[in-house]
Amino acid sequence: MPDTHFYRYDDYDRALVGERVEQFRDQVRRRIAGELTEEQFKPLRLTNGLYLQLHAYMLRIAIPYGTLSSRQLRKLAEIARRYDRGYGHFTTRQNLQLHWIRLEDAPDALAMLAEVDMHAMQTSGNVVRNVTADHFAGAAADEIEDPRIWCEIVRQWSTLHPEFSFLPRKFKIAITGSPNDRAAVRVHDVGLRLWKNPQGEVGFEVIVGGGLGRTPMIGKTLREFLPRDELLAYLEATLRVYNRYGRRDNLFKARIKILVHEIGAEKMREEVEAEYAATRHGALKLASETIEAITRQFAPPPLRPRRTRVPEVEALKLENRAFALWLKSNVAPHRVPGHAIVTASLKPAGAPPGDASAAQMEGMADIAEAWSQGELRVSHEQNLVFPHVAIESLPAVWRALERLGFAEANIGKITDIIACPGLDYCGLANARSIPVAQSISTHFASLTRQHDIGDLKIKISGCINACGHHHVGHIGILGVDKNGVELYQISIGGDVDFGRTALGTILGPAVEADRVVEAVDALVATYLGARAEGERFVDTCRRIGAQPFKESVYGNS
Amino acid sequence: MEIPEEVPLPPEVPTLVLANTEDVLKLGERLDGVRLIILDFPKFTDGRAYTQARLLRERLGYTGELRASGAVLIDQLPFLLRCGFDSFASAQKGFGEALAKARTLFSVVYQPTGDGRATANDLRLGRRNAVAA
Repeated sequence: MPDTHFYRYDDYDRALVGERVEQFRDQVRRRIAGELTEEQFKPLRLTNGLYLQLHAYMLRIAIPYGTLSSRQLRKLAEIARRYDRGYGHFTTRQNLQLHWIRLEDAPDALAMLAEVDMHAMQTSGNVVRNVTADHFAGAAADEIEDPRIWCEIVRQWSTLHPEFSFLPRKFKIAITGSPNDRAAVRVHDVGLRLWKNPQGEVGFEVIVGGGLGRTPMIGKTLREFLPRDELLAYLEATLRVYNRYGRRDNLFKARIKILVHEIGAEKMREEVEAEYAATRHGALKLASETIEAITRQFAPPPLRPRRTRVPEVEALKLENRAFALWLKSNVAPHRVPGHAIVTASLKPAGAPPGDASAAQMEGMADIAEAWSQGELRVSHEQNLVFPHVAIESLPAVWRALERLGFAEANIGKITDIIACPGLDYCGLANARSIPVAQSISTHFASLTRQHDIGDLKIKISGCINACGHHHVGHIGILGVDKNGVELYQISIGGDVDFGRTALGTILGPAVEADRVVEAVDALVATYLGARAEGERFVDTCRRIGAQPFKESVYGNS
Repeated sequence: MEIPEEVPLPPEVPTLVLANTEDVLKLGERLDGVRLIILDFPKFTDGRAYTQARLLRERLGYTGELRASGAVLIDQLPFLLRCGFDSFASAQKGFGEALAKARTLFSVVYQPTGDGRATANDLRLGRRNAVAA
């Protein structure tokens, strides 16, 4: 069992998580005994990750900053097998959802999670949610600093925060440490981007008030450069302003983005800065020893530079086209020469995006132990990542993934679809998402065709709450309900890349489920006919505008 | 329904009753001589009074009694105590018993607040001079 190269709980963390499980066990007992009404119990179960969905309770487990050890993944598999139907669903927020949990089993499931230093706290409810990060953190070649250090600091500060446990609405924080933002920081309540200023100091750009949902907005920069040790003081100031002034009269206007929009970014900055000025030199200022101690826990594994050109890899590339395509789309550069970051696709053609069975999870844990320092990552695109693979091990990893059904060479391609659980599970949904994703991925199954089409992100949400991030899909698909019929609104041109973040343009009236594939096909054909050298789908959209795409779906009206 | 469990205070205690929309930083002279402040939870899901409490205790240095009233439930107690509340008007059955246990429900806290408890980081750094729970 290799050591982990990320934060390990100490006795304090372990005590708190254990006490939280026992508190929840008592709350469940009081609910079952009728001492708590459902109204009183609801926020208690939500802040322990327990939702009531269409058919059963769903347990949403936090995978802080998307980082998992193989041992933790094995435990998730065991929980899925014992308390659920033997599979789980990885979400867009680095969580794992189990959709068939029984209320009376939930405390035991949480106790099992605690055995591997995990929890489901604050994965739901009007609190600071599980903090997300770049899924390549700690391995990416373009990284300035590992954002997970700061995610862990924020995780601890936000856990059971006494002042912010009844916020107007949920609050999502994402942190990136690379110029290529893989954490979508402009569409979070607070997005933090580590960067190096001209003086060579590393600090945060603080972006506030972004979000998707029914009122999508791009976040505003409240501060260009925040010293790292003042992060918590600034966050507490921001949350305090939000807790005081955020709207509570209308659920749909309660997110911080609405507050920022209504009072304006200038006024918001003024309020936050005033509060921050009053507390910045107080107890929230991080001691350098604290930062150093947490940084040490994220020390990268001791990888030595290795051969970058490996004859066996080159040979397999020539003889096996699937492997060659996989190298192109699923393997990313690592900061240590001779290593790579491998993304396992949880989107095989025709399968529900992000689902994995307990056996598949165990298979992934085996791969991590054999070839990736015992470590995995969960991406917000619902895939699993092996962050530290030697290039010479790539053929072995690929073969092992093929056996699990997760070797599809489609990362970033048209079938690497993000989809929320939709009406198959979710009580909020207007329409199903998964079957639409399945029909698109079946239609475009040819890898040759996918690689010819190039990078194209399709994102599907089953309702305007936008868990599938449809607003920022190159092609976004939104399920709507029109008089009991499930219809799908199609948009194009959305983007989450930093500096290019954009919301998609709706093309026209919503179409029936069986016309979605046809419409996507028409959009792709328009792109292929119009693209200039090296242009991705979304680049072509930006250059030629929505009109030609609109005509391809709806005709010249 | 709304029967406070504790004995009502003598009427001569200078008291301030505040709505949760009140900006406590603008109270000014209204705070002078006040020995009891009652903060309101119109719904238990409305958390504005937690911020009011911390500002009163930590920013304004208020040391008198701070009472939570309205929709005040057992499961809010660990949060209320950490924000500086020290008296409670709750009609919920078993509230008194729960209050006795609430202080020790969590042996570890992560956030520095005005309650003086040593945070996990304080303890890790060996700063045990802060008052432990």
